[in-house]
Amino acid sequence: MGEWFEQNGALLGLALLDGIASAALIFMVAVGLNLVFGVLRVLNVAHGSFFAIGAYAAASLGLFLASAGLPAWASLLAILLAAVLTGLTLGPLIERFLLRRIYAEESVLQLLVTFALFMILEDAQKLLWGVQPVSFSGPVSMMGTVDVPFAGDVIPYNTYQVILLPAIALLTLVGLALFLRRTLTGRVIVAVTLDREAATAMGIDAGRIYLLTFAFGAVLAALGGALSAPTASLVPGVGASTIVLSFAVVATAGLGQIEGAALTALMIGIGRSVAVTFEPELEVVVPYLIMVAVLLVRPQGLFGVPETRRI
Amino acid sequence: MTLRRTEILLALLLAAALILAALSTPWLRFVLTIALAKGVAVLGILLLLRAGQVSFGHALYVALGAYAVAFLAPSMPEASLLLPAAAALAGAVGLLVGLFVSRYREIFFGMLNLALSMVFYSVLEKLYHITKGTDGIRVPAITVLGQPLEGATYGWAVFGIALALAFLFGLFVRAYLASPMGQALAAIKTRETRLDFMGVSPRQILLSAYVLSAVMAGCAGALIAMATRHVTPLLAYWTASGELVFIAVLGGAGGVLGPFLGAITFELVRVYAAATVADAWQMILGTVLLLVILFARGGIWGLVASWLGRRRAA
Repeated sequence: MGEWFEQNGALLGLALLDGIASAALIFMVAVGLNLVFGVLRVLNVAHGSFFAIGAYAAASLGLFLASAGLPAWASLLAILLAAVLTGLTLGPLIERFLLRRIYAEESVLQLLVTFALFMILEDAQKLLWGVQPVSFSGPVSMMGTVDVPFAGDVIPYNTYQVILLPAIALLTLVGLALFLRRTLTGRVIVAVTLDREAATAMGIDAGRIYLLTFAFGAVLAALGGALSAPTASLVPGVGASTIVLSFAVVATAGLGQIEGAALTALMIGIGRSVAVTFEPELEVVVPYLIMVAVLLVRPQGLFGVPETRRI
Repeated sequence: MTLRRTEILLALLLAAALILAALSTPWLRFVLTIALAKGVAVLGILLLLRAGQVSFGHALYVALGAYAVAFLAPSMPEASLLLPAAAALAGAVGLLVGLFVSRYREIFFGMLNLALSMVFYSVLEKLYHITKGTDGIRVPAITVLGQPLEGATYGWAVFGIALALAFLFGLFVRAYLASPMGQALAAIKTRETRLDFMGVSPRQILLSAYVLSAVMAGCAGALIAMATRHVTPLLAYWTASGELVFIAVLGGAGGVLGPFLGAITFELVRVYAAATVADAWQMILGTVLLLVILFARGGIWGLVASWLGRRRAA
């Protein structure tokens, strides 16, 4: 072990940093998926498309601003703007005109509707942005690198991924927890999650909360995508892998868990990057292995509370 | 004439129409063989839909059946041995996976199946020295009852096997759905706790339907491997699973003809659409799926059945 560590210590450190960076992104998507499921009781398969569209929109906007001669920091603004625009256009439209029609249906049909939506959005991306990889690395190169000390070694890593992404994810986590627990709107959202009928009977406009939550979730997913845009070139299919990965996080953590989702995202993110570094064949499989292993022991997820069965 | 009797008559008419179409236009024979094979797989999806469960991972069993044929055919190129072998393998894996996933319902059921099929997909893709990765494996020509076949005769033989299997499984699923086991499936969809009260285990009911669906998907995969003579990991990709669910909804889950009507429509439309609008193919599928769910819940079979109902009433 000691000898192995001597040889591979730096690699392991690198893998951990990769894992933290990707966990931050997965968390942004998974937490939105979780929130939307909690309130609407619809597992939105198209949530991954928000991620992908947010990423493409950020790349387009960022490249446009750069070509217009704006300073480099403007690309960070482009990321934020693209995420908000994507989320606030697609989210309300989809909730109001599509999902609202199917809340009373069985969950299989709801799942199929969002699956259909996912297929439509997937091709819409291909038509809008083509199938060639899109690259937008301005923010990463702008922020330079930082030296991370690890087990006696020093690992240079880009600041964007190792400082900015985790910081934003942490901010989202704390902000969301405070919002849900301390503000009136947040508490109303929690109330609708826990008991829709009772909440409606108290005079809460559930329709408005649905719209609000769905739009908010869409913005979070788009933000995750927009933030991911500078870290890798964009190719079609990123939406599919994102939704599967964030579902794995949500299922492993347990539905309705926010802090749990953060920990699980970290676990799956690091598991995956360690696999990429040492056993690349396992990369795709690791998140599922973690999920299946957890669900075998705890069917309700690591932090989930078992639901009582209805009679 | 009752609807159940009409159903058999319609099935015979449909089979005759398929044979005529395959006779008149040779390239249609291949398309229809694939459609029949997928119809068999979708029959399994229909069983699960009856229980209110949707699996986004049944391409796993299709791929298992297909790869079983690809691996066994060089040493044992006999269709009457390959098909049972593929079915047995898919059934065995289905039992193993089913023991695990039958504990879950709805979203978890769907997504766990998806996850497992994706694991299998990446195994097929990454174990290059065994599976040849994304290049896939060529399947040698098979023999039927010891007869080596070539060219058009080979195509007709596979078409015939597909048609026979479609009938066999169609009749079987019809009988199964009418049996207490099949009736209990519908109870899982409404209130499964009531099954417990009656002393019936919902888990066992779902598990047997799951294993059956795996067997049918395995047979479908074997047929596809025999018809296309080439297997790739894409058979197990999640879009292939989604396709099966799509066909089930398009054809309608109300009767056993639904999957075949859906699969034939799907494959025929795809032949034309792939040539003209390759980039928007998924978009078209998605839109049709939305329209069917929102406006024609019973799918194609639902439309046919209500039309027949009106005629009888008139």
